[in-house]
Amino acid sequence: MNNPDNLNEIRAIIAHHKRWDLLALTAGIIALMIAVLTFIALFGNMVIDGMPRLTWEFFTSFPSRKPEAAGILSAWVGTTLIMLVTAAAAIPLGVAAGVYLEEYAPKNFITEVIEINVTNLAGVPSIIYGLLALGLFVYQLGLGQSILAAGLTLALLILPIVIVATREAIRSIPVTIREGAYALGATKWQTVADHVLPYSAAGILTGVIIGLARAIGETAPIITIGALTFIAFLPASPIQDQFPFLSFEWLLEPFTVMPIQMFNWVSRPQEAFQHNAAAAGLVLVVMTLLMNGLAIYLRYHLRKKIKW
Amino acid sequence: MQIFKPTNTASPTAQKAAVKDLNFYYGAHQALKNINMVVHEKQVTALIGPSGCGKSTFLRCFNRMHDLYPHNHYEGEILLYPDNENILSSEVDPIEVRMRISMVFQKPNPFPKSIFENVAYGLRIRGVKRRSILEERVENALRNAALWEEVKNRLGDLAFNLSGGQQQRLCIARALATDPEILLFDEPTSALDPIATASIEELISDIRNKVTILIVTHNMQQAARVSDYTAYMYMGELIEFGATDKIFIKPKNKQTEDYITGRFG
Repeated sequence: MNNPDNLNEIRAIIAHHKRWDLLALTAGIIALMIAVLTFIALFGNMVIDGMPRLTWEFFTSFPSRKPEAAGILSAWVGTTLIMLVTAAAAIPLGVAAGVYLEEYAPKNFITEVIEINVTNLAGVPSIIYGLLALGLFVYQLGLGQSILAAGLTLALLILPIVIVATREAIRSIPVTIREGAYALGATKWQTVADHVLPYSAAGILTGVIIGLARAIGETAPIITIGALTFIAFLPASPIQDQFPFLSFEWLLEPFTVMPIQMFNWVSRPQEAFQHNAAAAGLVLVVMTLLMNGLAIYLRYHLRKKIKW
Repeated sequence: MQIFKPTNTASPTAQKAAVKDLNFYYGAHQALKNINMVVHEKQVTALIGPSGCGKSTFLRCFNRMHDLYPHNHYEGEILLYPDNENILSSEVDPIEVRMRISMVFQKPNPFPKSIFENVAYGLRIRGVKRRSILEERVENALRNAALWEEVKNRLGDLAFNLSGGQQQRLCIARALATDPEILLFDEPTSALDPIATASIEELISDIRNKVTILIVTHNMQQAARVSDYTAYMYMGELIEFGATDKIFIKPKNKQTEDYITGRFG
């Protein structure tokens, strides 16, 4: 059966199949390029437009009617303070909920309904959170249009991300480790506090950072609860030079954030403001990329230490 | 109710525990059927039998491991002597049972902590805080587990950096550190190479006069080498129990003989 005809036939078939290989490869690369090049074009455009505006003064100036004097001081301070509130609220709530669902909740119908809803919450449009927060935080709880209200709103928004990340990190701990702790006589809480949480910390932290990176760019819910678009003063400093050195006055003060500052500038007719918007956008993208980079670093570097 | 008498008349020993009419269920499935057996103090008792015969399930009754998962339930008693407490009673806290009876698992499962912290953990949850006491008891446990010489200069190292056999000896040290009344071994060498297996077996013979040992093994030579008593189980039932030399040389039951001689299993 070793006749050359047969061999040629096989080669023809292989060559035919390989044409499809090449086609699939080309299609894949083109699709990838469309995505990557679009991002590079957008980012490049923003760099060209915004780079000249990125001076020290840009970071230390308040917004102004004169584009060349305007800066993002109140916006980055607002964003930073809101992220602090968001992290402070979302981390304990999200981690506790994740631990409960994974370690304590009985496996029954109610738990299942809660789990499905947590996953669904991640898909709720962010403006809906804004409406909820406007009713609940701003009016019902009387927090007003404050940093606290905004931080709590974004905390609600990223809570599902933190919960899901916590559960996944916890679930990656092998059952043998848990049994090892229980077999020594540990209670459930001792097992969670001494083993489950420390071993899943890197995974949880990664989820928190990804959540914060999402929250930092959110505009809709912040506008809904009433962020100011033009603000020329800073909230009271959290650190005071007099006893008790810490102040929480800033929590209830009005604010603006980076994406709103951008939105404000983009909607101005003067071209110079567009450059300001590009510069602010550049800062925002870099902040987000840095946070995602940190998440990736944590995932690959810290987790290397623990191999199951 | 019948309780097996120790057939090893040469060295009559006290009883550490007695299993009486034990039935165990995973949900509706009955995994253990009417088991009666005694555990002799400071002796090694091996549980053997083919895969799925319930030997591990039986072992995990002794530290109430089944309580960690829903829909499991026990019937009957495991009496612990000398205080005569039925550790399967729903009034007895499983945590209390686990404080008295330690366990070494099939796969080495050290915590991703330092070598020292692994051994100290059981002591810490028993409230030992003084550094000097912790250090002393960790050293003792590591010596008893024949690991001290290998690790004494790197107690702060992550336990994962040890070899598989060392990790298993670390787990034995962890289990010994709290002075358990009974030490349970669930196929402790099945994940180890022959040299590490030999060192674990040697270790078991070193500690056999210090603590009561129950060991599950799928390796009959191992049972013959390390144990004083052997229980042969099949399909959730205890088929035969007696002194290891009797069971291996002259089993009473045809089934036991077939299994031991390798005709099935």
